[in-house]
Amino acid sequence: MPLIDASGLRFNGFARPADPASLPEGDVILPLARLAAEGEAVLARGDRLGVELPNTAKLDGIEPFLDRLALISIGFPSFADGRGFSLAKRIRGRGYRGRLRATGPLIADQLRHALGCGFDEVEAPQELVARQPVSQWLAGLAVIRLRYQRHASRGVSILDQRLAARRRFDERRVIHAA
Amino acid sequence: MYRYDEFDARFVRDRVAEFRAQVQRRLEGSLTEDEFKPLRLQNGLYLQLHAYMLRIAIPYGTLSSRQLRQLALIADRYDRSYGHFTTRQNIQFNWPKLKDVPDILDLLAAVEMHAIQTSGNGIRNVTADHFAGVARDEIEDPRPTAELIRQWSSLHPEFSFLPRKFKIAVTGAEHDRAAVKAHDIGLRVLRHEATGEIGYEVIVGGGLGRTPMIGKVVRDFLPKGELLAYLEAIMRVYNLEGRRDNKFKARVKILVHEIGTDEFRRRVEEEFAALDGPSINADPRELERIGAYFAPPPYAGLPARSPRLETAQAAHGEFARFVETNLFAHRVAGYAAVTISLKPIGGVPGDATSEQMRIIADLAERYSFGEIRVSHQQNLVLPHVRKDDVFALWEALDAAELGTANSGLITDIISCPGLDYCSLATARSIPIAQAVSRRFADSARQRAIGPLGIKISGCINACGHHHVGHIGILGLEKNGTEYYQLTLGGDATEHAALGERLGPGLSAEEVPDAVEKIVDVYLAHRTSDEEFIATYRRLGIGPFRHAFQGQLHAAD
Amino acid sequence: MALPKRPQLPVILVANDLVEGEVLFRTAHGWSPDHRRALIAGNAEAAEALEAEGRSEMAANKVVDAYLVDVVLDESGPLPRHYRERLRTLGPSIRTDLGKQAQGPAGGSRHVPL
Repeated sequence: MPLIDASGLRFNGFARPADPASLPEGDVILPLARLAAEGEAVLARGDRLGVELPNTAKLDGIEPFLDRLALISIGFPSFADGRGFSLAKRIRGRGYRGRLRATGPLIADQLRHALGCGFDEVEAPQELVARQPVSQWLAGLAVIRLRYQRHASRGVSILDQRLAARRRFDERRVIHAA
Repeated sequence: MYRYDEFDARFVRDRVAEFRAQVQRRLEGSLTEDEFKPLRLQNGLYLQLHAYMLRIAIPYGTLSSRQLRQLALIADRYDRSYGHFTTRQNIQFNWPKLKDVPDILDLLAAVEMHAIQTSGNGIRNVTADHFAGVARDEIEDPRPTAELIRQWSSLHPEFSFLPRKFKIAVTGAEHDRAAVKAHDIGLRVLRHEATGEIGYEVIVGGGLGRTPMIGKVVRDFLPKGELLAYLEAIMRVYNLEGRRDNKFKARVKILVHEIGTDEFRRRVEEEFAALDGPSINADPRELERIGAYFAPPPYAGLPARSPRLETAQAAHGEFARFVETNLFAHRVAGYAAVTISLKPIGGVPGDATSEQMRIIADLAERYSFGEIRVSHQQNLVLPHVRKDDVFALWEALDAAELGTANSGLITDIISCPGLDYCSLATARSIPIAQAVSRRFADSARQRAIGPLGIKISGCINACGHHHVGHIGILGLEKNGTEYYQLTLGGDATEHAALGERLGPGLSAEEVPDAVEKIVDVYLAHRTSDEEFIATYRRLGIGPFRHAFQGQLHAAD
Repeated sequence: MALPKRPQLPVILVANDLVEGEVLFRTAHGWSPDHRRALIAGNAEAAEALEAEGRSEMAANKVVDAYLVDVVLDESGPLPRHYRERLRTLGPSIRTDLGKQAQGPAGGSRHVPL
């Protein structure tokens, strides 16, 4: 499935197991249920490890792997189901630094939401990206230039820009007064 | 009132550009209707019974003359020369075309207005006390808080696809005129008993609709500076755990009810403790910056009493009645807040023509420092009028059919648009309001009855807030006909209460008689000048039900 | 708002114009804002055919929310049986100067009196 991030289409290097019994070569995204049993094996052979989480996942299950996971993918059953955005914030809140992927029928307009919540990329169905080409995704990202919310992973918020502007003003005042 | 800086101005312009592109992509088919619908709702655009409907935000109900004039222009150019003021302090236009909406949004952005998140499953317009800044019982003006929340919640990347809509209200006074206990989050500004520090009581899980509930206190005292982080914690818990299986069980009130207040509080506090407050909360100087916009206008030093006002009262009976009902005591000597009733007898509640909007804009400039408020009772307010000017103001209002002396009285009816406009409605509500209003047209009778709030909803979504009406009227359907159910004893104030059902339903024709009967029971039983709601509380529903014995139809 | 799955015959097809928002009625050759021109389906096959046209018109981004409405036939043409659909055909009952009732096409039809 197409993979999109802030720079456009990306090569999707991670494989998912074709069936419950097999384990692909190379970098792998394991379903959460198989992480405990097979995660170490993937890491031991030197490949990158990813995990697929439902948007209802509790994070205790992945806690032991958190600093060794290269990718966490969170499933979005529908674009109207925003739980994945909050799950992403929680995962980042726990200090996770790897790639974070939103997987599902997100629409182009939601790349901004995804990146604003700590996702790095979106994996969306082919049919959807055919209707909404990458240019629409990037345009959706660019059109809202500023954001009010602080601590939202990209750029500097309006509130912080105001603060910085005030500081510069205060500094100038001090310099002039001196 | 708040004025946009360059960041705010750019933000709303960007949102218009985004919406323009979204409309284009819908028309060419990149976006399906299912995908486009939440996007247009996020910009306040509904598809209603006859046409699209655009709901424009009036943050915390505060409007300038310039903005009101622009609304009048939009009404004339793109609509049918009228607008409807809503129970959440917004304004609605009922006839825009989709292709014109981006241009309408441009006109709004030019006067620092927008339609962001007035619909959809995100955080809606933050409402506040319409007498903010002028009420005597005010602890602190709630509007800087509301403005901060407005900014923080706008196009929030995490909270734009919630299980359902989310409504926040703020009150800063002892008497709650913002119905905070009927909101998803209600904030009561208060002073800490021991330290005197300003903070908030946080109430969660209020709401009307299918399962009306009164909000529960989740935090007794939240320091002001921690507001945004605490809101983030509440929203995150709701976003992750609110029900998504059933649209009618998806509000946060259901979650609070199902897991219990204590457990809900525990989860919120746990989330809150894990957050890095300093990176989320607004700097105190930002709060100060916003607060400065709500500094009092340059009031003149006036004596408390106005001989001019008193003379006019003595000379004009109708004006005297207006002063009695439509003036609200101002904290500054010599001033009053004046309610402009949008409930003329037999009129459509909350509607104003573009002509009336322009007249009000002019009057606000002349008499109220250019400021207007929208109350969630669907009336307008001029918040800073010199008592000396009230008579001249009233004469001008009266000439424009805006001078009805019925604020808070039985003909000051709140009504949703109902099935005349709304595709969600089950029955019509406005004709009921009109019929009841005409029945009680006599002003002496209205004053004899005293304060009595009738609220009418055209379906169980309860946009008319009927659950918290002294008399609530709910429109339903039976056998292909509209019929109506009455409730008594609801209360939207700090004494929040949900109305009790009077009995099975009535036909539309029977409603005015029924209201008369209820009023008769009240008048027969009240002691001295006991208001309706007090009499009801004392007596309960018994005497009222008794008066209707045998006359209410059995429900199916 | 729940409408019956299979409304009682005869039926017409009603939708909203995507761009204008206005209520439209499916005719023999396209769409009309005038309910008197609506194509009336008197049997199940004709009703299904109407529904199918609605679906393809929605897929072509011309209209939204197309659905069948049961009607009674009076001298001015097909009039929806249910009061909600009748309001959609005419316009707001409290402002007879607005909506289709004011534009002429619905002339002769009246709102259910209160």
